[in-house]
Amino acid sequence: MSMVFIAVTALVLLSLVFGAILGFAAVRFRVEGNPIAEQINALLPQTQCGQCGYPGCKPYAEAIASGEKINKCPPGGEATIQALAELLDVEPEPLDAVEGEKPQMVAFIREAECIGCTKCIQACPVDAILGAAKQMHTVIVSECTGCDLCVEPCPVDCIDMIPVAGTLQSWKWEHPLPPGTLIATDREALK
Amino acid sequence: MNIWPIHPLRGGVHPPECKTLSNQQPIQIAPLAKQLIVPLLQHLGCSTQALVSVGDDVLKGQLIADSNTFISAAVHAPSSGTVSFIGPQPYPHTSGQLLDAIVIDTDGLDRWCPLKPLANFKEATAAELLEKIRQAGISGLGGAGFPTVVKLSPKADQPIKTLIINGTECEPYITADDVLMREKATQLMLGIDILVHILQPENVLIAIEDNKPEALASVRQALQQRNYYVVAVPTIYPSGGERQLIQILTGKEVPAAQLPAQLGILCQNVGTVVAVHDAVIEGKPLISRITTLTGQALRTPMNVECLVGTPVLELLEFAGLQQAKMSRLIAGGPMMGFTLNSLSAPIIKTSNCLLAATAEELPAPPPAMPCIRCGDCAEVCPAHLLPQQLHFYALGGDHPQLQAHNLFDCIECGACAYVCPSSIPLVQYYRAAKADIRELEKKQAKSEHAKERFEFRQERLRLEEERKEAERQARAERLAKTKAEQAKKAAQAEAAGHQASTADDDVKRLKIAASMAQVALRKAEKQLETHNTEELKIQIEQLRITAEQAKQALAAINAATPTPAPSKPADDDLKRLKIAASMAQVTLRKAEKQLATHHTEELQTQVEQLRVSAEQAKHALDAATAAAPVTAETSAPVEKAAKPELSAAEHALKKAKIEVAMKRAALRKAERAEAAVEILAALQTELTQAEQSLAELNQSEAGV
Repeated sequence: MSMVFIAVTALVLLSLVFGAILGFAAVRFRVEGNPIAEQINALLPQTQCGQCGYPGCKPYAEAIASGEKINKCPPGGEATIQALAELLDVEPEPLDAVEGEKPQMVAFIREAECIGCTKCIQACPVDAILGAAKQMHTVIVSECTGCDLCVEPCPVDCIDMIPVAGTLQSWKWEHPLPPGTLIATDREALK
Repeated sequence: MNIWPIHPLRGGVHPPECKTLSNQQPIQIAPLAKQLIVPLLQHLGCSTQALVSVGDDVLKGQLIADSNTFISAAVHAPSSGTVSFIGPQPYPHTSGQLLDAIVIDTDGLDRWCPLKPLANFKEATAAELLEKIRQAGISGLGGAGFPTVVKLSPKADQPIKTLIINGTECEPYITADDVLMREKATQLMLGIDILVHILQPENVLIAIEDNKPEALASVRQALQQRNYYVVAVPTIYPSGGERQLIQILTGKEVPAAQLPAQLGILCQNVGTVVAVHDAVIEGKPLISRITTLTGQALRTPMNVECLVGTPVLELLEFAGLQQAKMSRLIAGGPMMGFTLNSLSAPIIKTSNCLLAATAEELPAPPPAMPCIRCGDCAEVCPAHLLPQQLHFYALGGDHPQLQAHNLFDCIECGACAYVCPSSIPLVQYYRAAKADIRELEKKQAKSEHAKERFEFRQERLRLEEERKEAERQARAERLAKTKAEQAKKAAQAEAAGHQASTADDDVKRLKIAASMAQVALRKAEKQLETHNTEELKIQIEQLRITAEQAKQALAAINAATPTPAPSKPADDDLKRLKIAASMAQVTLRKAEKQLATHHTEELQTQVEQLRVSAEQAKHALDAATAAAPVTAETSAPVEKAAKPELSAAEHALKKAKIEVAMKRAALRKAERAEAAVEILAALQTELTQAEQSLAELNQSEAGV
């Protein structure tokens, strides 16, 4: 009988001790926010363009964390979908965008036509447009994410989105054709 | 002669050397091209900006483009002539992309700009020599083209202990360094002396592959008394790679992602050292180099000293190009070079070889077969990597695994692809994978940067909004407060009627205080006269001070209060008169009441007097009201508008009329009060006098 009593007491004591530790840990090491949303946000391209239907990358990341589809980010394209699929362990889906994947763009202000209304400056999510009221505006190319948000508000339509020109530094070697896709006679024909 | 111990390279291959093709004759001078295309970027690092414009005449050796960033190299005019174009031009690069260049139409005179030679470099400081090397625009001539001055400026905590002069030239076909060492060994030695003067290393090693006996002999001969080691290293490809050569000579391996400088070692190509000699001793900038023209499609393969910017085609034609025989033109060697698609691309500072190969010489690689995991590639890899593993991970795009297998330590020497029995273009896989990873990293960095900026902007907008909200609230509060104050003031004004303003009150209080102080002072003085004591004196002194202070305060506030509007005294007068009149009336009424109860002789006379004074006060008030046009506030505005300013005559008339009315009233009062006859008579005469004066005035005005 006393054995049973000791066992029960010991178990009760242990459960109380561990319960207290767990309770303390739950309060002391509480994780603020949703950590998976943070990880998703780190994979998104941070153009803040809103093409996914959310007002920025973080809201979309939070939406993905709570079950939204991962294929709504046109600036990120297939690479982002792949990375998200890997992170969340879901099947990658094709990009859900009308125009498909676009090359990296950069905004360009035709400066002769700019009237200095500052509307694009207010629209730019990353402060990449320089200018002041009634002064000509210009885009800081290195800061522009190509999000498109400045094009709409321009009252004189003087902003163009142009694809970023490739330079020698950004030039990439092409991947060779995988083995078996080309046989010797084909190669001769190609030449 | 000292023998330097050698640590043989693990791995490596022995491709056919084919060096005898081009090293059989001395260095030729290439003919001056009609047009020189000088790209603005011929080195690793930042591009330069053109300092000349189209139409400018330039002299040979003149600085035409420079950059103010550290990792960059200046560009000089290779010959004299006129700048005819600045813009995109063909460039020796795999992609075939154009690059901004300065095009110079040469005048054939080859006029040098003034040079600043420095014969005795030993008297110059290291900084001066480095500046000379920087101004000469020297970048590595061996292959990568890293700006030499950057390499020669080691960090203070990493002094260079071993200087390695790289004359191995392990790549097949290329003999540019070979002939350079044969013909310019003296300049090479002087160049090494300059580097030694700058860096002060403990050891200097000149590494030459043992397949170049003539170069070895020539360098050994030029060595003379110098205590540099000339090391003949065994011929193997790629012994000339910087990291491989360091390993052969010192047995040390440069750690991944680190530089040889971290081991206290510096490597310089022999060509670069000769360029340093030319820059310091002769003052000549880097505008020409020795380039190997080789391949079986050339009639006379050779080495030429050619100007930077010379189009490739002109050089090849100088060497007897047979275009029909040429199947592929390679810039660089057959192992690490790249196919050059444009014959109009120029020679740049890093162009060490042009290989015009026939189809038999360099047949197109057979199609790639699947990897059979033979492991030959791993055996020959000089960087001790696992090429086949890298190949599979590159095929699958597995970037984390590629990086875990040290993809970035691959020197792209091509030894693995050379031995591959399946002819897999391994290096191309690695290059593409490296580019992908770099691009992703760049994108990641950019998105991180954008995120930071976006969050900063959000925070800024939030703070701005908060500030505006706070301002809005403060404004609303202030408005409420002023309204409440105004209401309070209005209430006070209503309660106190026509009380004087606070400022007026202050003045009054101060006046009283001042006069009281004065009185107290005077009293005390009087007391002093009678009781002359010490205490009193002190008291008086204090009193005097307080009186003085009071006076000053009064003066200050008088000065501070704005002079009241001109209407104010009149207004005040009017007020005082009104008060006086009503007071007189009141006392009169009181007296009359008393009279009614007590009826004494004395009281009666008093009442009489009071009545007169009350009458007088009323008249005075009437007169003042009439006289002060500014105080017409009391009278109806319509009247005021109807009545223009009264003239002086009218004033007089009015006064007279009032006089008459007053006299008449006094008389009537006296009559009613049954005054003495004499008084009545006197009053009567006064009245008549007043009436007369009024009549006179009336007449005069009618006359006017």
